Amino acid sequence: MKNSLINRSFEKAKRENRPALITYTVAGDNTKKKSLEILKSISNYADICELGFPHNTPIADGGQIQTSAYRAIKNGIKINDVFSIASKFKKAKKDKPIILMGYYNMIYQFNENKFISKCKRSKIDGLIVVDLPFPENKIFASKCKKNNINFIQLISPTTSKLRLKKIIKNSHDMIYYISMLSTTGGKLKVSPKKIIQEYKRIKNYNEFKNVVIGFGITEKTIKSLKKADGLVVGSAICKEITRSIKKRQNTVTNVTNVVKKLKNKIK
Amino acid sequence: MKLKKNIPLIDQHDRFGFWGGKFGGSFIPETLKKPVEDLTIEFEKLRKNKNFIRKKDFYFKNYIGSPTSFIKLENLSNHLGGAQIWAKVVSEANGGAHKIYNATVHALICKAMGKKYIIGDTGAGYAGKMLSMAAKKFGLKCKIFMGAKDIKRQKPNCDAIRKNGAEIIPVYSGSQTLVDAVSECMRYWVSNCDNTHMCVGSTVGPNIFVKICGWSTSQISRELKTQIKKEFKKFPKKLKLINCVGGGSSAYGFWSEFIDYDKRHIELIGVEAGGPRKSKLHAAPLSRNAKIGILHGAASYVCQSSEGQINETESISAGLDYPGVSPIHCFLKDIKRARYTYATDEAALNAYQMVTKFEKLNPSLEPSHAFAESIRIAPKLSKNTVIIVNSCGDAKKDRDILKERLGKY
Repeated sequence: MKNSLINRSFEKAKRENRPALITYTVAGDNTKKKSLEILKSISNYADICELGFPHNTPIADGGQIQTSAYRAIKNGIKINDVFSIASKFKKAKKDKPIILMGYYNMIYQFNENKFISKCKRSKIDGLIVVDLPFPENKIFASKCKKNNINFIQLISPTTSKLRLKKIIKNSHDMIYYISMLSTTGGKLKVSPKKIIQEYKRIKNYNEFKNVVIGFGITEKTIKSLKKADGLVVGSAICKEITRSIKKRQNTVTNVTNVVKKLKNKIK
Repeated sequence: MKLKKNIPLIDQHDRFGFWGGKFGGSFIPETLKKPVEDLTIEFEKLRKNKNFIRKKDFYFKNYIGSPTSFIKLENLSNHLGGAQIWAKVVSEANGGAHKIYNATVHALICKAMGKKYIIGDTGAGYAGKMLSMAAKKFGLKCKIFMGAKDIKRQKPNCDAIRKNGAEIIPVYSGSQTLVDAVSECMRYWVSNCDNTHMCVGSTVGPNIFVKICGWSTSQISRELKTQIKKEFKKFPKKLKLINCVGGGSSAYGFWSEFIDYDKRHIELIGVEAGGPRKSKLHAAPLSRNAKIGILHGAASYVCQSSEGQINETESISAGLDYPGVSPIHCFLKDIKRARYTYATDEAALNAYQMVTKFEKLNPSLEPSHAFAESIRIAPKLSKNTVIIVNSCGDAKKDRDILKERLGKY
């Protein structure tokens, strides 16, 4: 997938001598309309947008993203709505890659093939499936590739050397490195230096793969991880949505400001 | 999909961990791949290790108290007429339920792996209580994840957990029951898998946890097999083994030695929680035709919406109040080796009253579901039919619910 939008976004960031900024928001948080507005607005600063399809039993997500997901489900979000948000976003922002992220049961219930073709029609650029690890994801990942959709493999501090090699070999344009042993939104409990060391271990196997770091990245920590190809911020954004709703403030403006600040820290 | 003879069902999965090609597996985040793999290797090593087996047998005998008794419920049988009803009184095991087998084995594995911390989920509180007991016995630090709703309704077990020195982590998300407790426990493991061992309280979760739990509870059916032979000289011609099914750990343990028999000879009947009679909610994915889905790292029949959101469940019995079920039971259902049905809250309460009226037995609300089915079918069956119910838990923990619903305990 040489000429993929995802690849081009990384190239652009590299030319600007900075990591790509990747945001994560939950589709339908807190309403369908608002989440699309948020997405459009933050994509002025983010290079790649991850859009979560909310699940009510998310075993790898911490409190912030859980809150966002429960809120979206309570407001009636359905999988088709997630696709319609993504597709509307892509119509407005042709050049911004969008990555859908979620749990396998949703895809399984929707039907794998149907899900992929729906992704294709909605111009989805990539997929992250939290609980479909390698090698179980091999068939699904190759189906994605055939349809020009990036399947994004995850790597964690517990991933063994042998696995690491195999995963990198089977990866597409982007690899997601989980910074520490944690669910999403945990406090960064490993030093940035150590994280970058691990990150380099992955890069050493194949320097041409774009490796992004996620989990525990906030306004405070983002600068220290600047050396990476890309950095993912999710919980910090979901937290801001929760805070804004509580204070009855404009979520779109507030979240955009957070993303703007994040971007400024890595420029 | 076919059953293989002379191989324990827990080992009849493919290389990806699926029974019948579609139930089970290990749908886990990347971070848990390594700890799950380590645990898998360690367990396969330990179960072949003579020292470990000797240790396990020692604790099963001297700590858990094996064998638990096998008794005829003479008065109940006479009252109902028809089949003879027997009970395997597994609630005699140390702590008052079958959960002690899995907890003890997990504590031994945790020790063998050199980990100092152990965590577990609990619904009825028995899995938590037993894990806290085993942790105390083997000098491990223990945390128990429990839904806030269950903490309220199963207070006696919570008191026991705390008395054993374990910490209860209340879970407030979702329906605040077992399903949320398991999720939160897994999240904790994701964050602490480097020094912490996780015990899944039933034959659910990623493949290896189904196996360890089934391996542990199968003690029940080994004992029962010997006891039946002793009691009847030879196997009765018509035997029915009735067990409640939530996650399915006691049912698998009760049946594992008998799965190879023809079902016309030994029928296996699983009874799920039908929930309140007037409620649409239940916890009976097998008997009420739920679709296959992925929950807590495994594919099984799951109470869920068409979109794949996990449904809320409802049952008077906290131990059965779970939207998923063991992949092993899904397999047994699909190959038609076992028959699954459900009992409502009301039926379970009636069964509890009847059993306690006629017998010196105090089954908790979980096995009361199994008794409900035996009471229903016994009168229609011949005198030479033998029904055995696994009385797998003691009703002490249900004190508050029984007082409220029946006015007395």
